Amino acid sequence: MLGEGIIKGMAQTAKNFLGSYSDPERLVTVQYPEERLPLKENTRNFPFLVYDGADPMAGLRCVACQICEKECPPQCIYIIKDTAKKPDYMGKMQFQPKVFDIDISVCMSCQICVEVCPFEAIKMDTEYELSNHDRFGGLLLDKRELAKSNEHYHKIHPTDATEVDARLAAEKAKAEAKAKAAPAPVPKPAPPVKAAA
Amino acid sequence: MPAAEISSPPRNYEVMPKASPNGEFDGELLEVAMGPHHPSTHGVFRMDVVLDGERVAKLKPVFGYLHRNHEKIAENTTYLASMPYTDRLDYFCSMTNNWAYALSVEKLAGLQPPERAEYIRIITAELTRLVNHTCLVGFLLQDMGALGTPLMYAFREREKILDLFEALSGSRMMCNYMRFGGCRADLPAGWLDGAKQVVENYPRFLDEFEAFLSGNEILMARTQGVGALPAELAVSAGISGPMLRACGVNYDIRKVDKYGIYDRFEFRVPLGDHGDVFDRYMIRLLEMRESLKILRKALADIPDGPIVDSKAKIRGFKPKVGEAYGRIEGPKGELGFYLISDGSLNPYRYRVRPPSFINLTVLEDMCVGHSVADVVVILGSVDIVLGEVDR
Repeated sequence: MLGEGIIKGMAQTAKNFLGSYSDPERLVTVQYPEERLPLKENTRNFPFLVYDGADPMAGLRCVACQICEKECPPQCIYIIKDTAKKPDYMGKMQFQPKVFDIDISVCMSCQICVEVCPFEAIKMDTEYELSNHDRFGGLLLDKRELAKSNEHYHKIHPTDATEVDARLAAEKAKAEAKAKAAPAPVPKPAPPVKAAA
Repeated sequence: MPAAEISSPPRNYEVMPKASPNGEFDGELLEVAMGPHHPSTHGVFRMDVVLDGERVAKLKPVFGYLHRNHEKIAENTTYLASMPYTDRLDYFCSMTNNWAYALSVEKLAGLQPPERAEYIRIITAELTRLVNHTCLVGFLLQDMGALGTPLMYAFREREKILDLFEALSGSRMMCNYMRFGGCRADLPAGWLDGAKQVVENYPRFLDEFEAFLSGNEILMARTQGVGALPAELAVSAGISGPMLRACGVNYDIRKVDKYGIYDRFEFRVPLGDHGDVFDRYMIRLLEMRESLKILRKALADIPDGPIVDSKAKIRGFKPKVGEAYGRIEGPKGELGFYLISDGSLNPYRYRVRPPSFINLTVLEDMCVGHSVADVVVILGSVDIVLGEVDR
């Protein structure tokens, strides 16, 4: 029959148009700035640095080992290691990064930095509204902009964060037990008292 | 441009035999550059077409506009760091790209993925096949002039699978999910139920799609007998995937190699008869139904257990000296990775065997004698992704 295809096609269109009023399977449009889809828990966008405690700079878990810098496929991480150890949020002496920059205009969100990090210090953020007028400086994030708290990590990836916390606690307990079991431990230098400075 | 200049004698091309059935043209040929910005070329791809009237007398594919130095970059980074780059080869099918690369590295390093990882790989690969074929059918119809509507329906279904990929790997398209000796992360809670839901609802979409398209007389008139590829030429040119099977050659690497655990699944390999665009279109629709069969069984049978080989290493991965070629049946054809290791952190040689690049080599043989409008449809039926053609 002449025009059968057109009739069938229009019937299909009508089915989808009318169906979109009753069937959520057929209504897929989201009015973006006003409405947002909830993010998946595993969603990843760009990396951030996790810190513990109150002071973002002192509490960074990163010890500037530079493994992520070496493994990063597009080479978007720049790290300069600090020359001297500094106290972290618990007062323990650690190496820290003097400079930790990520150029998110180069980053391809592959998550390899997260996988290779032995200290659970770098994780993936879910923030996606990152447009910027300054295409070079505005997209080069330094360690102040990258530092986000462990609570933030818990908020965006609750399952992963709980696992990571449990793993870190277990490692810590193991290290403490080992230190206790060791005969006559060498007296450690007292934690520096200049924490308030 | 003055008319005299256009119809001047051809410059570099020898005069082709007249394609016009009546022989009424005087042999003057017109050279047209289709692309690289032509929307029907699926990316930055150019076809230098020499026309005899409305008919194609000669066609030269020109590519390389999207060259990104993929192979050389991979030879200068670690094995793991190439994995996210493989996502960007054929950006519709990152899961199968990951699998092909992981498979060849596993051959090189002697790793064996555990049972659960094999199942996850099959599930994600078959979902990828659904995504690819659904999109291809939508794009093919768009090339034929069904502007927008079928493509929108196809994309609506694709989105559901991409949601699954996002829940699994964190990213919709650049999954970067497979690892040497397994997968990166275990399935999140409720993922299998979501996947079962999608698989259950998919036939409804396919039925709807086929009911109003496959029997459509415009579609049949535009595709049947267009761009026929003889089976002998297809085999000798190294064509693979749905394009080869549309010519009637029974060659599916899932059946031939039985890589992974494909020997445990029962599915048929749809074969075409004429090797024309219509056969290629139908093969894809039929393959989706077979993929759904595999998916149903895999989703029901998936065991618990570890997802990565305990011997696998993330940092400082150095396979022993040797070479390996791992290949899989990607949605577009045989996707292979050839690696030579000299025992260091980087591969000594890294070579991709991209299906859409090799399938593109017979484009001229399929197009000569057809009209310009058919060239668009024939190119659409080859199913190319320029990220993979140019690398």
